[in-house]
Amino acid sequence: MAAAGHDVQIDHVSHRFADYVAVDDVSLTIDGGGLVALLGPSGCGKSTLLRIIAGFIAQSSGRILFDGAPVDHLPANRRGVGIVFQNYALFPHMTVRDNVAYGLRAQKWERDDIGPRVEEMLRRVHMAQFADRFPKQLSGGQQQRVALARCLATDPKVLLLDEPFAALDKNLRFDMQVEVKRLQHEYGITTIMVTHDQEEALAMADRIAVMSRGRLEQVASPTEIYDRPATLFVNQFVGSTNLLRGELLAQDSNGALVRLDDGTALRAADSKGLMPGAKVVVAVRPEGLVLSDNAVEGARPGRIKTVMPLGPQVAYDIETEDGAALKAVVARSGASGLREADSIVHVAPVSPAACNIFAIE
Amino acid sequence: MQRDSLALAVPLAALFLVAFIAPLCVLLALSLSGDSEFGRFTLQNYVKFFTDRFNYSILIDTLLLGIKSTAVCLVFGYPIAWVAARSSPRVQSLLLFIVVLPIMTSVVVRTFAWIVILGRYGVLNQIVQSLGLTQEPLKLLYSEVGVVIVLAQVQMPLMVLPILTVLSRIDPNLSDASQALGAGAWRTLWRVTLPLSTPGIVAGCILTYAACVTAFVTQSLIGGARLVYMPLHIYQQAVGANNWPFAAALSVIFMIAVLAAVALLNTIAARAHRHA
Repeated sequence: MAAAGHDVQIDHVSHRFADYVAVDDVSLTIDGGGLVALLGPSGCGKSTLLRIIAGFIAQSSGRILFDGAPVDHLPANRRGVGIVFQNYALFPHMTVRDNVAYGLRAQKWERDDIGPRVEEMLRRVHMAQFADRFPKQLSGGQQQRVALARCLATDPKVLLLDEPFAALDKNLRFDMQVEVKRLQHEYGITTIMVTHDQEEALAMADRIAVMSRGRLEQVASPTEIYDRPATLFVNQFVGSTNLLRGELLAQDSNGALVRLDDGTALRAADSKGLMPGAKVVVAVRPEGLVLSDNAVEGARPGRIKTVMPLGPQVAYDIETEDGAALKAVVARSGASGLREADSIVHVAPVSPAACNIFAIE
Repeated sequence: MQRDSLALAVPLAALFLVAFIAPLCVLLALSLSGDSEFGRFTLQNYVKFFTDRFNYSILIDTLLLGIKSTAVCLVFGYPIAWVAARSSPRVQSLLLFIVVLPIMTSVVVRTFAWIVILGRYGVLNQIVQSLGLTQEPLKLLYSEVGVVIVLAQVQMPLMVLPILTVLSRIDPNLSDASQALGAGAWRTLWRVTLPLSTPGIVAGCILTYAACVTAFVTQSLIGGARLVYMPLHIYQQAVGANNWPFAAALSVIFMIAVLAAVALLNTIAARAHRHA
């Protein structure tokens, strides 16, 4: 069944609602079989972009291409796009079987082929024993399986997922993420997922496109997005971070030297082409900080305000002498116990690579 | 809590008892008494009704009139509700205003306006004749067709409002999902929107039907003296023939017939809509 997926190309697409620009000149190419997550806060234009790809909205300008051919003239019912909605949008007056058969009937499949196809799809999502139930008799996860089966039954070129896991509770969400990824892999179908949940995007996607205010901020692999965010927005939106203000002192082939506002000197791996003297902010992830009992070079002393044991890790909220708050997450090893609240520690970045520099405009 | 809420219902219950249940009992008692001596128990009024073809053909005509008017109302009302549900709030309130307008004019004024439109030399006939569609003027006034047209127009809000309410509660994702699965607009309407709006359709039909069969003024003025429906028949028996017991029997039979029709509609709807 695994066919080569279809390429999707978003070519300089913009969309305006009255005088509000929802999508601003977005270009993005998704290779066949890939799973791309459109990630951003609500109102960033990601859902509008998804509805444009589906054909529910005609964009103000730009083109959508499948396998190099424009599809803008095709209405949603002829575009060959499958979509799973956040609320699943199963037809409440039809059984599970009729829901899955709906698309096949609409696309005029041979009557004799519909029955076996429906059974096959329900087996694939482990819902065969629920074929005669109505949607409201199913749990959220089961409804989502049916929605996926209904959507994949007609062999769409592209699968669109609109906040697919937002309505599920945490444990079920993980199961369904695994399930969706399995199905996506099995079918080799090009998939675009919209989400505001960074963990979901990191867990599911081959590539993440971070959007803000209608524009693409960065398109990269999950690790790249997390470790080397292109903009301060991406850094703050994806994962937790500590921001330290300072001034760029020097840059060389080894990276950059920054003097923070409290006087501490700090090394960063990449100066991103900024000139010495530039006002910068250094972003360090909580797990990019080490805590030590003794003063070491580049470390700043601080007092532990809160200790949060998270199981395999411990999160500390630390207040430095100049009043700044730092978050640090440290793996718990057998040797080191918990640090006590109110104790003094010295905080330093793990390595220059853990520090990302952004210019302050 | 329960007692408090029961106490709140007492005024309405009292009003119902005095103004509805009590007269109904009097009506029932009256229908079971003889022509002359009030108080003597007899079934003669009911026997008279069911043995006289003239009587029960009036009942059947009336029930059929209700079905026809309701059907016309549904055929025109559903698209109006559908368009209104998809319109911007401003267009929607304009549409609703137009639909509700008939309720806001006096029934007599409204009916005479229709007489002007439907009459032998009325507006409608002049248009039809000037277009050369017919030589002879159409007989609309004092005909059942005329009564159906006017009833459908007058009762339109009773059909449109419940349907609109249900339509605007349907998840808009459902029609998007249908479209993405390859369905055209008609299939979506027929397979998704229409089945999901049955509660509104049923409510609209029940209200319209009940209003149409009992619309005394419209039936009498548009239908004229030769078209007799149950409300007029009851009126004639009571006030014209001064036969109150028979008029009471007619009322009871009419009421049961209408209730039975409504109950039938409800059952069909409940069966069709058990799962949605």
